[in-house]
Amino acid sequence: MMRFLLLFSRQGKLRLQKWFTPMSEREKKKIIRDMTTMVLSRQPRSCNFLHWKDLKIIYKRYASLYFCLAIENQENELLALEVIHRYVELLDKYFGNVCELDIIFNFEKAYFILDEFLMGGEIQETSKQIVNRCIESSDMLQETMEEYMSKPAF
Amino acid sequence: MALKIVKGSIDRMFDKNLQDLVRGIRNHKEDEAKYISTCIDEIKQELKQDNIAVKANAVCKLTYLQMLGYDVSWAAFNIVEVMSSSKFTYKRIGYLAASQCFHESTDVIMLTTNQIRKDLSSPNQYDTGVALTGLSCFVTPDLARDLANDIMTLMSHTKPYIRKKAVLIMYKVFLKYPESLRPAFPRLKEKLEDPDPGVQSAAVNVICELARRNPKNYLSLAPLFFKLMTSSTNNWVLIKIIKLFGALTPLEPRLVYSCVHVVKYLGLLAMSKILKTHPKSVQSHKDLILQCLDDKDESIRLRALDLLYGMVSKKNLMEIVKKLMLHVDKAEGTTYRDELLTKIIDICSQSNYQYITNFEWYISILVELTRLEGTRHGHLIASQMLDVAIRVKAIRAFAVAQMATLLDNAHLLTGNMQRNGICEVLYAAAWICGEFSEHLENPMQTLEAMLRPKVATLPGHIQAVYVQNAAKLFATVLKSQEGNTDSTAAQETSQLMIDRLPLFVQSANLEVQERASCILQLVKYIQKLQQKDVEIAEEVNALFAGELNPVAPKAQKKVPVPEGLDLDAWINEPPSESESEDEQPKAIFAKEEPKHSRPRHTEVDEKELARRREARKQEQANNPFYIKASPSSQKVYQDTPGVEHIPVVQIDLSVPLKVPGLPMSDQYVKLEEERRQKERAEKKKKEKKKRKEKRSGRGKKHDSGPESEEDITPAHQVDIVTEEMPEVNSLDILYFVPLADSEKLPVRSHRETPKSPAEDGDTENAALQEPKKKSTKEKREKKKDKDRDRKVYDIQGNLQDGSQVVVSVIFENKGDSFLKSMEFNVLDSLNSKLQRPDGSGPHDGLTVPFQLPPGVSNEARFVFTVQSIIMPQKLKGTLTFIVKNEDSSTHEKLDFKLHFTCTSYLITTPCYSDAFAKLLESGDLKGSSVRLEGVNMPFHHLLARICFHHHFSVVERIDSCASMYSRSIQGHHVCLLVKTSGQTVSIDAKCDEPTLLGNVLDEIKQTFSQC
Repeated sequence: MMRFLLLFSRQGKLRLQKWFTPMSEREKKKIIRDMTTMVLSRQPRSCNFLHWKDLKIIYKRYASLYFCLAIENQENELLALEVIHRYVELLDKYFGNVCELDIIFNFEKAYFILDEFLMGGEIQETSKQIVNRCIESSDMLQETMEEYMSKPAF
Repeated sequence: MALKIVKGSIDRMFDKNLQDLVRGIRNHKEDEAKYISTCIDEIKQELKQDNIAVKANAVCKLTYLQMLGYDVSWAAFNIVEVMSSSKFTYKRIGYLAASQCFHESTDVIMLTTNQIRKDLSSPNQYDTGVALTGLSCFVTPDLARDLANDIMTLMSHTKPYIRKKAVLIMYKVFLKYPESLRPAFPRLKEKLEDPDPGVQSAAVNVICELARRNPKNYLSLAPLFFKLMTSSTNNWVLIKIIKLFGALTPLEPRLVYSCVHVVKYLGLLAMSKILKTHPKSVQSHKDLILQCLDDKDESIRLRALDLLYGMVSKKNLMEIVKKLMLHVDKAEGTTYRDELLTKIIDICSQSNYQYITNFEWYISILVELTRLEGTRHGHLIASQMLDVAIRVKAIRAFAVAQMATLLDNAHLLTGNMQRNGICEVLYAAAWICGEFSEHLENPMQTLEAMLRPKVATLPGHIQAVYVQNAAKLFATVLKSQEGNTDSTAAQETSQLMIDRLPLFVQSANLEVQERASCILQLVKYIQKLQQKDVEIAEEVNALFAGELNPVAPKAQKKVPVPEGLDLDAWINEPPSESESEDEQPKAIFAKEEPKHSRPRHTEVDEKELARRREARKQEQANNPFYIKASPSSQKVYQDTPGVEHIPVVQIDLSVPLKVPGLPMSDQYVKLEEERRQKERAEKKKKEKKKRKEKRSGRGKKHDSGPESEEDITPAHQVDIVTEEMPEVNSLDILYFVPLADSEKLPVRSHRETPKSPAEDGDTENAALQEPKKKSTKEKREKKKDKDRDRKVYDIQGNLQDGSQVVVSVIFENKGDSFLKSMEFNVLDSLNSKLQRPDGSGPHDGLTVPFQLPPGVSNEARFVFTVQSIIMPQKLKGTLTFIVKNEDSSTHEKLDFKLHFTCTSYLITTPCYSDAFAKLLESGDLKGSSVRLEGVNMPFHHLLARICFHHHFSVVERIDSCASMYSRSIQGHHVCLLVKTSGQTVSIDAKCDEPTLLGNVLDEIKQTFSQC
């Protein structure tokens, strides 16, 4: 299963973190620091895989963002790459030509999309259409709620 | 509609706050920690409020801060509060915060049990969904124990959305509370066969994880997984299953095969794809692929065969074929063997036998192949034999010898006639032996073989060939025998024919019968002549003289037209042009003509289009980094032809321009097509453009992108050279002249505002829309992309009622980057305010509802409320937007000024001279006057200019004197008396509002001082 997914910029600024196993803040911080230094120090034309402790780190750079996914040792690296790519596709579909700032300013949406795609460190839904549909209908629900909220009672 | 507005307002109300935080942090790079600590203080205040919306917003901000590494554990209780909100909007935020911040030692978790249980059983599937998602991140042993039952129930929920989440979370529950595994397992197993693929793959995932921990217990599921593996089309699931088998194999070696097979299969499949692009790299794995031919799995062998096809070379062909022949011998199933056979032939014969260096070898391979029993591909072998024998002259002697042997041993082939397709080769053998009989060593023997009674059991068409070629052989034999002194041998041969042929004459096959009887008669006649000792061989041979040659498909073209033959000349009189038919051909012709030239162009274009589309697709497919704005699409946008005139021509329409935010590339391709057609017509201009293009190196550089194409360059610069383009003016397009100072009014080239028919001069009946103002600014991005990112604002207002002004803004992206998330904001003055949706704050910007790819422009409209119109107004504003480049995105802003002139509050209103006179007489109006010096233009031009720029209408004109009228949106009357003498123009004006009048006159003065 997957352990965590981090998105960070070239400057090492964290943009999104998802921990599929509960972890204390201290551990998280340490891992984030390790990951950013490790991944950012990689030469441009090196491979996308790293070994770190008992985990495999699969990272990929999209524009200014690094997507960094940690999987357990028995997992397949290519599948993990595919997971990253699928997530990017989902973001792209949702935001329309997604860029780093979309994720910064709408980070909660980025999480919602991720939560529909992965869950508990496993792939939850492989179909892009279904994920998109779920996000759309949740958003709709949110909108109607807001409409409701804006009525005098609120 | 209402929903949209509400959505917008609420979004702004809350998102803004989060966005403010994000922006604030970005703007306080130096003292981030300090800024955030003040923010946290604010958040703490917000959390103290009772309003759940405010709380949720605060929690949302905390989630963001948590990501930045700030400790937010103190807010855990507030998070629980937000989670418990009955509103999905807040619940979603609450659960998100919880999943980000909670861990096992967070003590408030135990407070959540009941809330989560409630959410799990919510009738709304999304409530349940967020609860499950959140739970998956922070489930503790206690929660697992308490909620295991609820989750188990959800595994059989009606909605697959819930089922798959429940299945996935079960794994977490098992980990935290192993006792739940036993009761839940049967249900989990059931889910492997769930009708919904998502649920199925979730179950596979969970069981894979479980099996990895304790493989022994899951061996029993192997058959089920095997079934899934063979039936599933979902690659994600397949990989998981292979992994699972990987975990199970140490216990059950038999499983290795199935795993290895799947991997092998996938590998070969991948190789065949690579082969198309990089044949060399695959060729080095020849041995490996050949090994796969030994595989037990037929589909793997077939894949390997496919690969071999692309791998052969002159060097290795024989080796590969030899290997394949071995397999042919070993192969059991006929399907695979047939496949092998066709592959061998395909491989050898590809590209005109390119790889065959030795045809004797090939013939013997073909002959060997005839030994295959029960193949369906006899005809294939036969046609190969014929082809080779005919086309390769040097091989004929060898081929004939081989064929003769074949014919001699025909009984071996035809053992079981009916199901045997191989007898087809006899067709080729007979024909080759007959046609090239001069190469036969022992024609008599072959002739004898061809006339065996057994032949009659062969299919008809083969018998026919036998008969015909027996005759040819007979001729050859005769020839050889006649040279001998003993004529009995020749006569015996004839006798043999006469004896054997009647068998064929009786054939049910017409062809055989006909040929046989014909030849029989011939031979009888020959025999007669022989008995008279006539030398006949020469003449008989003449029957089959001449060589049959293969004819290339295009051979006909090479035949020269004989001299004196005019193929176009009428042989007979041309058909008389009768009246009725006279019209038709003409009409057809007329139609035909354009068709003739047109299709050619479109064809080229279509080809080109297809090619480019293909190239683009491929590029996208090959480019895993496609998150970047793809260079190709950018280019297409830039190529858009009339970008320079799209925005402005349509300004006057009250409908927004239909340039969608994300246009379909096809559309642009069409435009591109048009553009090129236009260009073809205007070759001169094109050349000019080209010159311009050369001047600017940047365009070139951009052009040298991966798929730059020969002739799509010209338009490349259109967006950059817009202003200098001569076409802009010649097309009579209203285009703005960049102003150094926005305070000056721009010169207008024309305007076509629909005049309202307010003939009665009634103030209420105002013209529906009137240009309010138009100012142009052209600014450059400050930063590095100075020149690339220009935007032109064409701001112009429309008046609707006394206090509302609509400002249309054309946004044009003149750079190479993609612009998105544009937000338009204006600093309100006391007098003029930007209208914002309800609920948003006075300083919030408005989102521009589209994105701008490079070179595209679009129009957005903003409504302002204006209180007093008697003074001109200047509003400062900012446009913020995200610039998205190849590998970065930046947040940029652009400051601008909106200039509301007094003129722009005027509406062109026609007025009759009597009404005008009455108005002046009424005495309500105050007067003022202005003198313009050095105005060097005809009087009517001057009037037109005032009318056009300042929205007046001419009431009356007498010689060098004219009266004019206009009315403001708030009903002020403005009357002018314009007189000219020489270069001096004097304007006497009256208006019921002196300040307004003064300003209007100033503006008029300015207009003329500019020219």
